[in-house]
Amino acid sequence: MKRISEEQVKHVANLARLEFTDSEIEMFTKQLDDIIHYAEQLNELDTTDVPPTSHVLDVKNVLREDEVRPSKDREEVLKNAPDHADGQFKVPSVLESGGK
Amino acid sequence: MSLFDHRIADIHELLHKKELTVTDLVNESYSRINQVESKVDAFLSLTEEAARKKAKALDEKISSSSRLEGPLYGLPVGIKDNIVTKGIRTTCASKLLENFEPIHNATVVERLNEANTVTIGKLNMDEFAMGSSNENSGFKVTRNPWDIDRVPGGSSGGSAASVAAGEVLFSLGSDTGGSIREPAAFCGVVGMKPTYGRVSRFGLVAFASSLDQIGPITRTVEDNAYVLEAIAGHDQRDSTSANVEVDKFSEALTGDIKGLRIAVPKEYMAEGVSDEVREQVLQSLKTLESLGATWEEVSLPHSKYATAAYYLIASSEASANLARFDGIRYGVRVEEGNLIETYKKSRSQGFGEEVKRRIMLGTFALSSGYYDAYYKKAQQVRTLIKRDFEEVFKDYDVIIGPTAPTTAFKIGEKINDPLTMYATDILTIPVNLAGVPAISVPSGLAEGLPVGLQIIGKFFDESTVYRVAHAFEQATNFNELKPEL
Repeated sequence: MKRISEEQVKHVANLARLEFTDSEIEMFTKQLDDIIHYAEQLNELDTTDVPPTSHVLDVKNVLREDEVRPSKDREEVLKNAPDHADGQFKVPSVLESGGK
Repeated sequence: MSLFDHRIADIHELLHKKELTVTDLVNESYSRINQVESKVDAFLSLTEEAARKKAKALDEKISSSSRLEGPLYGLPVGIKDNIVTKGIRTTCASKLLENFEPIHNATVVERLNEANTVTIGKLNMDEFAMGSSNENSGFKVTRNPWDIDRVPGGSSGGSAASVAAGEVLFSLGSDTGGSIREPAAFCGVVGMKPTYGRVSRFGLVAFASSLDQIGPITRTVEDNAYVLEAIAGHDQRDSTSANVEVDKFSEALTGDIKGLRIAVPKEYMAEGVSDEVREQVLQSLKTLESLGATWEEVSLPHSKYATAAYYLIASSEASANLARFDGIRYGVRVEEGNLIETYKKSRSQGFGEEVKRRIMLGTFALSSGYYDAYYKKAQQVRTLIKRDFEEVFKDYDVIIGPTAPTTAFKIGEKINDPLTMYATDILTIPVNLAGVPAISVPSGLAEGLPVGLQIIGKFFDESTVYRVAHAFEQATNFNELKPEL
């Protein structure tokens, strides 16, 4: 039984903000199908009433006083930006043209 | 003989007595790098000018009247390239971060600076720490110093190979599913994955946040204990770092393991583990028996499910963590059309194939309609795996088995089959899922290649792990075996 279709792979790629060629879609469809098939061995285990572990230690919210502290220097932060202007990150248009 | 054949404690004495200078140590690093790096390819960048300057400054501070500041004073270190270093290019071996220069240091880097170490360079790895062979680096494949046609292991392959090749005295790696221990085993060096929360992850570029942990790779167990003492401890900037006192691990190395109770999981000696590796482990257990320990076979019954649970959990966390790499605030941007198209182009051209595969798997496992069947199920199995360890640790002090099921494999041997590659980590992955500490120590050679013995301890009981590893090392001296390059 095939678990994963090419359409699903395209859908997931869009969610992950990735794009692939047709041959990559074909490869990932097969490989993800194999991996998911392998992962389904977990269904041999009865996990009714077993709590999920998201973290091995007891994690609690860590709070601190809301004090004003210096931030990173703006020029330094922008140093690694591919594009910036007027002290801000510059990005391509967010809305489609015409969607004004 | 190399200066790096000395233990950290010996070098410390030599520096103090002025029989050796920090400049000598830094010279040793770079001359060895000149000699062997073309064969090993462990480094992604070198910081020679800054290192020499720092060595000179540290030498000027040494006076025979007062002790050096800390046991790591002046020692040359290599740092895995997913640990951020201020002003030093940090790429995670990804083309997407080819030009990234961090504007702050990771907490472990700050602690090393406080300990007066000298950074020699940044070390190669599988891209974003995803891999078991270093073949997933976006830049080059590091080679195993014992046989340059073989992989050094991964993902901290550069960290292990550089220590084994004598290019640095010690290095830092990170371990999410075995990424410190497996390369340490393949390269014949000592690699420690501390308890989850023991070392701050602040400044470690996140792969799977609930599993990642930084640890030292060294020539000897004692050296390893000194390095962990320096980097461990609570950090306000990592809310998952544990507020637990850091023991003097180096003082736990008594050589005495009389009465120690060892558990050997039958699942760790089963099919899939090569005969020569199994034989080495049995020999090692005899050695430990001769030192007064006893061992019994036990079961960690859910071990066989660990790899499947791990790949779902780690890939899910990775798909969320790697969402930040979008070519906007840093990294390489491939601008085309609108913002979403730019995201897609930047990410698709910047990430390598394995990284994309895991982002896809994780995004799928977290997507609507599949979350309960895959991600939640994997987390429930994680609970069962953790309970297996808790059960065994009620009656035993440590769990021992092989680190990896085989010795280092050939470059290219497994790269086209993800599931075969993932199986390399079957003996290390359960430890990350449970969160407990584990070390890999050299346990001799099989057909000329190093085999690693894995010693797993209770939560925050690195002291016992180090004590056992050190007693074993003292009895065998396998750490003195060196590759010929």
